[in-house]
Amino acid sequence: MMNRFLSEAFRARPTETRNQGQRSPLVVTLDRRSAPRTIFSGDRLIDVDLPAGTRAVYPRQPLEPLKDVDAAIRYALNHPYGSDPLHAKLRPGMKVVIAVDDISLPLPPMRAPDVRERVLTIVLDLLANHGVDDFEIIIATSLHRRMTGPEVRHMVGAKIFDAYWPKRLYNHDAEDPKGMKEVGTTDHGEVIELNRKAVESDLVIYVNLNLVPMDGGHKSVTVGLCGYKSLKFHHEPHTMRRCHSYMDAGTPGASELSTRVNRMGRVTNKALNVFTIETTINNRMFDRPLEFLHKNEDDLSGGEQSALKGLKFALDALPQGARQAIFDRVPSPYGVTGVFAGETEAVHARTLARCDEQYVVPVEGQADILIAGVPYISPYNVHSFLNPLLVQVMAQGYLFNCYRNAPLVKKGGTMIITHPCSDRFDREHHAPYVEFFHNLLPETRDAAVLHKKYEEKFASNPAYIQMYRSGHAYHPAHPFFMWYWGEAGRQWLGKTIVVGADNAYVPKILGWETARTMNEALEMAKGNTPSPEITLLHMPPILMADVSGAPPIANPGHTNGAMTNGHGAEA
Amino acid sequence: MPASYFDVDGTLVRTNLLHPTLFYLVNQQTPMRSLGKLARMALRGPRIAFAELQDRRLFNELLFSAYEGMSEDRLLLLADDAFDAVIKKALYANAKDLVTRSRDQGHDVILVSGALDFLMERLAKHLGATGIIANKLEIANGVATGKLVRPVVAGPEKAKLIRDHARAHGHDLDDCFAYSDSYSDVPMLSVVGHPAAVNPDYRLAQLASAHGWPVLRMESPS
Repeated sequence: MMNRFLSEAFRARPTETRNQGQRSPLVVTLDRRSAPRTIFSGDRLIDVDLPAGTRAVYPRQPLEPLKDVDAAIRYALNHPYGSDPLHAKLRPGMKVVIAVDDISLPLPPMRAPDVRERVLTIVLDLLANHGVDDFEIIIATSLHRRMTGPEVRHMVGAKIFDAYWPKRLYNHDAEDPKGMKEVGTTDHGEVIELNRKAVESDLVIYVNLNLVPMDGGHKSVTVGLCGYKSLKFHHEPHTMRRCHSYMDAGTPGASELSTRVNRMGRVTNKALNVFTIETTINNRMFDRPLEFLHKNEDDLSGGEQSALKGLKFALDALPQGARQAIFDRVPSPYGVTGVFAGETEAVHARTLARCDEQYVVPVEGQADILIAGVPYISPYNVHSFLNPLLVQVMAQGYLFNCYRNAPLVKKGGTMIITHPCSDRFDREHHAPYVEFFHNLLPETRDAAVLHKKYEEKFASNPAYIQMYRSGHAYHPAHPFFMWYWGEAGRQWLGKTIVVGADNAYVPKILGWETARTMNEALEMAKGNTPSPEITLLHMPPILMADVSGAPPIANPGHTNGAMTNGHGAEA
Repeated sequence: MPASYFDVDGTLVRTNLLHPTLFYLVNQQTPMRSLGKLARMALRGPRIAFAELQDRRLFNELLFSAYEGMSEDRLLLLADDAFDAVIKKALYANAKDLVTRSRDQGHDVILVSGALDFLMERLAKHLGATGIIANKLEIANGVATGKLVRPVVAGPEKAKLIRDHARAHGHDLDDCFAYSDSYSDVPMLSVVGHPAAVNPDYRLAQLASAHGWPVLRMESPS
């Protein structure tokens, strides 16, 4: 009773949106009585007491999952968009390549059975029933690290793994000299080179898991099965500067990355017979013991408040490995919300609509200061540590880009993040990152200079390429891409301040300022604005702010017509 | 143009210096002669083993003394067989890919090994390497004396030989690569701008981790 009373008394004021079926408002304005907000700082949770008037943006509640996923998969294969049903495309003796998204999605990994296992099981039955026995399953890793056997087993299930790994189920190798083949060139001169097996097959079936709107569509085949030769046409600073935002793949012109990938994808689909299967999931990242992390702090029950306190205490007391294990060992109970199949663009339009249902949160106006907690995980550190370069990707890349129309923060505004920024790298997965971070970034943070002066040579380093091919390291081009991933954020923001860093030099290398406390960071961010508007992006789980009432973004990606380095100037 | 310097034993091939030596000892003109050579080698075994723990140069000198009395003709005559039977079969599965990629990047590829030059020449040809820095048996009157021509390629001497090679061929060491599996090759790894550990022993693995050097895993020959 007392808990309920306190909860009511300290409830923040809902100001904007309360959507149908949503138990709590998505956007709340805090007042003096509001409870502190609990946000991630790496693999810890911290409380931040934010000034009255701060606006907190929350993710939607998870969409209701499909009741019978297998039936939905069969229905999608038999009733595709813009294509014959899959069974009508099959004939005995044909060569089929099934390409599958890698484990960078979803985050954290999905509780078994992963939806890809379900799709593969049904597709493989269909192939067998139609006399197609010449097939291979390729994990579309592009320049990501090779997945390990146990990771593949988790993703595709024991039955498929035991039957096909590693001869007919294997990782894509973008550096196999005989394993890649050119498909064509766009009218903009972009060369498309893809996995030879896929190019020479009669049919490519792509099995996607669409976590965020940036995933899927033409990106699946054209990026997932390509190599450095093709990636360099869009994974480069000028493309990334023209993205507002790269999460907004559905609005024409909003993402230059999508524009280029789509252009290359259309050439790919003319040359290859592609059948796309896309799946969407809800945002139920945290299972029952941690489910309260989805909620507005003012809505926590007494039991949930105690559980949150207990969790914070445990995370503070445990060593880093154990902290990470708490999150890693609890796979997410995502629910499948959609299965769509057929022609790539027709399918992806449906996928994006379903993503929007789950992620889009309407927000009115921009803030002077954007606050975000950087969690312990990104698409690029599954089963390893979130190193400083990936902290940057999460902050100025993914979190900054979780918007449509206009960024949550005004041009030249400040982003405050919480993360320890420890100087720690996984020596195998992120081997080339170490040299990039400690040798190149101290030379310059200018993405254009890094791209022009260092990228090509670094990307062809034989030792790193060997680690990519026979170990489990990211390709040496990948740390460059990760820096470019934060480029739009760097160009837009006036400054970035990190709270809770355990050292000063890592933030300095990244071009960030440091503050010991959130209050200190807010004072630093205020500048000449006496009453700045503050917005807290309360993620994870994922949300995408649909920002209205902001001035239009003129000449996206450019500042007065010139490419500048934002606040990421020379170190 | 940069150069890539590869240690060989344990780095590109699974075998070590002992394996080809045993091949030569087993393939003497007569079985009795082979038995005699092997027996002498066995007697020296503990000393050689101890030397390996103490000093790579001494180890090489003791090991190659087993060649004493073999004719140069015979050494060269058996070289193809020794290469095929011992070294080629023990090449790591992706060793050739790594050398080829280095060559494709325009690198001068040099094998730096304590093994004997006539075997390394064959390996270099097989892999497409451009040169070797290897040990040479001293030959007098067409017969091996059991001594090595100085400088002996081992341990810290490898670093000096790499410096000399780079200087002579106009390579900037900051742009050069070096690969080894052994902590004893840290001097050689330390003189280049891009060192890498390959299937490293424990101490080298620790060092590579501390310095952020790439650690490559070579797959055993199938």
